[in-house]
Amino acid sequence: MITLNVNGQPREVDADPATPLLYVLRDHLELNGTRFGCGLGQCGACTVMVDGEAVFSCITPISVLQNRRVRTIEGLGTSENPGLLQRAFIDEQAAQCGYCIPGMIMRAQALLEKKPAATDADIRDTLSPHLCRCGAHMRILRAVGRALRAAQSAPTADAEGRDR
Amino acid sequence: MGALRGQSWKYAAAPTRGAAIVVVVAALWALGWQPALAATVSLPGAAFDPAAVEKGAQLAAIGNCKSCHTAPNGKPYAGGRALSTPFGTIYGSNITPDPESGIGNWSQAEFMRAMREGVDRRGRHIYPAFPYDHYTRVNAEDVDAIYAFLMTREPVRAAPPPNELAFPFNIRSLVGIWKLLYFHAGPLQPNAAENEQWNRGAYLVEGLAHCGACHTPRNFLGAEIKSRAFNGGQAEGWQTPALDASSAASSPWTVERLYAYLRQGIDDVHDVTAGPMAPIVHDLSRVSADDVRAIATYVASFGAGQTPRPTSQNAATELPASGRGAAIYAGACASCHDLGREVHGGALKLSLSTAVAMPQPDNLIRIVRQGIVPAAGESGPWMPAFAGVLTDAQLTDLAIYLRTRFGERAAWDDLAGAIEKIAPNPSTP
Repeated sequence: MITLNVNGQPREVDADPATPLLYVLRDHLELNGTRFGCGLGQCGACTVMVDGEAVFSCITPISVLQNRRVRTIEGLGTSENPGLLQRAFIDEQAAQCGYCIPGMIMRAQALLEKKPAATDADIRDTLSPHLCRCGAHMRILRAVGRALRAAQSAPTADAEGRDR
Repeated sequence: MGALRGQSWKYAAAPTRGAAIVVVVAALWALGWQPALAATVSLPGAAFDPAAVEKGAQLAAIGNCKSCHTAPNGKPYAGGRALSTPFGTIYGSNITPDPESGIGNWSQAEFMRAMREGVDRRGRHIYPAFPYDHYTRVNAEDVDAIYAFLMTREPVRAAPPPNELAFPFNIRSLVGIWKLLYFHAGPLQPNAAENEQWNRGAYLVEGLAHCGACHTPRNFLGAEIKSRAFNGGQAEGWQTPALDASSAASSPWTVERLYAYLRQGIDDVHDVTAGPMAPIVHDLSRVSADDVRAIATYVASFGAGQTPRPTSQNAATELPASGRGAAIYAGACASCHDLGREVHGGALKLSLSTAVAMPQPDNLIRIVRQGIVPAAGESGPWMPAFAGVLTDAQLTDLAIYLRTRFGERAAWDDLAGAIEKIAPNPSTP
């Protein structure tokens, strides 16, 4: 049994310590917002936050997560009450199929918390490990920029991390 | 008065000693600079033969001039790249033809002198971070071709920041003494016992490609230790692997493998290019196949990977850290590295890796933390970064496991120290 801290909640998981976090999130904890893309740490769809850093959950074994904080897309907000980035992605309609978006949002959230004054160049650099085959890139960049500006003009719980 | 008299006694023998000091200082001063050459007017780009420009482009790629003379995200050859050395930070100069901040006013003869004698246009010594100890082996025709190439680049007005060197290394004239000790001007003598391809490779490797600048260890004054040529050195915080028989490679570096590695960044049985080697391979991918094959021929003759790895007795010992590391490997690494290169999406089996078998853990630590990420907009070998995934303790466990299981060697002595020394870079994706 391994205890994980996911979105501020302690969660008991009965799985092999080598199991990638992604499978535990989706199959054991039913947090299906995090996506399986390539399983090789190459596409970014599975990105979540661990202790404030964006990581690929498909190559993060749960054995390294004792006493660390995992945050997923579900930890940012709900349909009724979306988080800052989720709101910005809706406002910019920054998704086509949407499959890669939770991973993009999680890396953008890590950027927003670490560097609220990030420039457009920072946003491009930060999102460079993520693939989107729909071609929604320009809207995605706009959405992240919008969220960063919103966080700067009105710092909210989102910018500091809702569950911490 | 007594005290003064005492002092006058002390200095009674001073005239002869003083004269000697004057002579030595004068000699050092004379060593410290060279006269400027006669001023000339720079030629317009159109004056250069396109064939020379094209040849110069290839040679500049072999010399990898761009790496040191381009700032991150900066204009090509406009300088400003910080090179950290044990003596302080040196900034790559602007070698675009801008007359103010670049080399636009440099004559062909001045450029030749800089390349082959390490003296700038004003007659000052150039710090040997610019590897003129190698470029002195380059023939005049090739230097002129590089001149033609550089003089036809886009001029960029950009002055690099002043160097930040500690005393006494900030005294430029002292480079004259360094040269007296370590700089041996002149061409490389061909080896009649070897064929033309080998000799072409030697000319390129010892000259323009300056491979030894990173792959040969340096002494306390930053000079290459010639008796240990290609024994492995350092570059930008990375340990450069040995290219000779002391290499930790588990498979022989044949001409074919070196050729593939140098042109594509990957061969069938060795690690991919990483760190400062990546931009070099990127440059070499554009160079004529014949020259890359010549380089491969010469380097292969050093015999890297020919001798089987000495297996340590201790390596087989099951350490507790190794068990924890095995679980990390299984969840973080195995999905690619257990497959091997034969399978699409698979990566090198780590029993073939040099990084896990090298004398120092530095490269492995850097690769695991930063991943292997091509420069923006460029293609190349790729591995995800694990900086945010693994804590320092977990990285230690993983490194011990990889070292003992795949490197078949005892754990590195000061692994934790190396992990602490090499600052994590969690902002890298």
